[in-house]
Amino acid sequence: MKVEFDYTRSLGPVLSAFMSALKQHSVLGGVLADGRVVVPPPEYDPVTHAAITELVPVSDVGTVLSWSWVADPVSQQPLEVPFAFAQVLLDGADAPLLHAVSVASASDMATGMRVRVKWAEEPTGTIRDIAFFEAAGDDASDGSASMEFGAPEVTGIVSPVNLAYDYAASPEETKFFRGLAEGKLFGQRCPVCEKVYIPPRGACPVDGVPTAEEIELPDRGTLTTFCVVNVPFQGQTIPIPYVSAYVLLDGADIAFLHLILDIEAADVRMGMRVEAVWKPRDEWTTSLDNIKYFRPTGEPDADYDTYKHHL
Amino acid sequence: MRDVAVVGFAQRQMKELDGSPTCLEILVPILADLYEQTGWTKSDIDFWCSGSSDYLAGRSFSFVSAVDAIGTLPPVMESHVEMDAAWAMYEAWIKIQTGEVDSALVYGFGKSSAGILRRILALQLDPYTAQPLWPDTVSLAGIQAREGLEKGLWDEAAMASVVARSMSDAASNEWAIRRGATSVEDVLAQPLYADPLRRWDCAPVSDGAAGIVIAAGDKALQARQRPAWISGFEHRIEPIALNARSLTSSSSTAAAGVAAGTAGVDLVELHAPFSHQELILRSALGLADDVRVNPSGGALTANPMFTAGLNRIGEAAKAIWAGDSDKALAHATSGPVLQQNLVVTMEGR
Repeated sequence: MKVEFDYTRSLGPVLSAFMSALKQHSVLGGVLADGRVVVPPPEYDPVTHAAITELVPVSDVGTVLSWSWVADPVSQQPLEVPFAFAQVLLDGADAPLLHAVSVASASDMATGMRVRVKWAEEPTGTIRDIAFFEAAGDDASDGSASMEFGAPEVTGIVSPVNLAYDYAASPEETKFFRGLAEGKLFGQRCPVCEKVYIPPRGACPVDGVPTAEEIELPDRGTLTTFCVVNVPFQGQTIPIPYVSAYVLLDGADIAFLHLILDIEAADVRMGMRVEAVWKPRDEWTTSLDNIKYFRPTGEPDADYDTYKHHL
Repeated sequence: MRDVAVVGFAQRQMKELDGSPTCLEILVPILADLYEQTGWTKSDIDFWCSGSSDYLAGRSFSFVSAVDAIGTLPPVMESHVEMDAAWAMYEAWIKIQTGEVDSALVYGFGKSSAGILRRILALQLDPYTAQPLWPDTVSLAGIQAREGLEKGLWDEAAMASVVARSMSDAASNEWAIRRGATSVEDVLAQPLYADPLRRWDCAPVSDGAAGIVIAAGDKALQARQRPAWISGFEHRIEPIALNARSLTSSSSTAAAGVAAGTAGVDLVELHAPFSHQELILRSALGLADDVRVNPSGGALTANPMFTAGLNRIGEAAKAIWAGDSDKALAHATSGPVLQQNLVVTMEGR
């Protein structure tokens, strides 16, 4: 499963100035109360806790203080081929910056080596404007480029995050999903309270014991409660208004959320008897989406007493 | 202060859990173990607190699903921390100190194998200038190790001796993932993995869950003849910026140790996911040479995220219950390269 999201973060005055400078190929350090220059600049002095107000340009050349070889880079790191992460002390700074150093192999890395910023081709106003560092030889520093004042200030950054997970289905989930692929609905009964859960959960949330006994359930039941969706949202695939409802399958003790169609939203009511409308068999997968929606069966409504405990 | 003791401990660790990220499959038997050890039932537990992370599970509110393992009718008093469960135990201990409750069950769980652990942990770094580079856990530990090596604070042999002792001690720990009699030479013969680290210098990626029961005064004595009485419980944190603190020493561990009181300690369980970090922790706590370190094998032999710290407390408590220790110290760490550290001392009476 893939989880992707962009964090949009606003910047305070210190990091706004730092990122704006990076965009113009200049590195700024923050001046602490004791006079030390720190890159990246902290927003507050770590000792006096006073706000940092003075920023000074430092060099884009520096010295490696410590490093570690990344033989097998992970996604979104500065380089896709093996590289080093290093603490780089830029000339003019008193505390190191963590960043990547691009060299061919670990044997080309050494503590004390001189490295220079390789700027990214497309400036973004983020720490990634420093694409990585590369060996600088014994060159003297050119210093940072001078700032162009009046340029638009960077006041925010976007950090894209992509995470991938391998989910192993638990044994009871496996049974449930495999059942769906054959048009069957499998729940499990708690050995203590005898309640039937669908989807099966592995443990009874009331008694805290494993739910072992398997129960096949029919694809019809009672609508316990519902809401009419009137608000459009991104990714919506069904025309509004439509009804999202809890369906309690006959023989089950827990309702699950599904879609109700083939009926005007205004006519949907609590206690209505419903049945599953399945996708064509050749479209079935191991997903609850095999059921396209539930529709009214036309049977008389269930008595309130029969489902009131499930609300 | 109320006298509070550790009276129950159960753990399950494995390289890869064949089950859900909420670890329900192993939490249910862990709770059953704890009931058996204490002779209690659910209704004897006044407060529940867990430690886990949605980033590890890859789903939101994963700790809510894990509550199914408790069985919550009638409702229970429950809380959660997005940290190692050692901090959940700290919350439970505070709760008992308030006088509101007398007993608590603390648990943690995590399925690290579901994603790429060293990458996911980059999300705990400063989100403006560090996280966007995705510095992985192993690289940060490598930078820390090299700095110590080059400053002469430790050498490869010292790191290898931590690995060799841990793996050898873990031989008798049924829950250890990496174990077996190992010599310093065996370790040094291994190739470098993330120069300057060898694979064995880095804890194995581990899945697992664990639980601990703590209780006050007479309630503790009901559950166990020789409870592990908590004599000090402290935690401290250092700045998130990696250049605002020394990586080769641990002032937060030292401060927590001083506050908790380390005098008379004869056994320690240190949560060091990298070999050189044990050397930093030992130095920060100023341990005497005859103190036994990590007889369980420690986190280098199994490091289930969100319980490896709690496991240190459980292992130390077990040594007290068994009479193998009269005063033990357990340590847990959280955050990048030893940013935050917790120290608890326990004694048998």
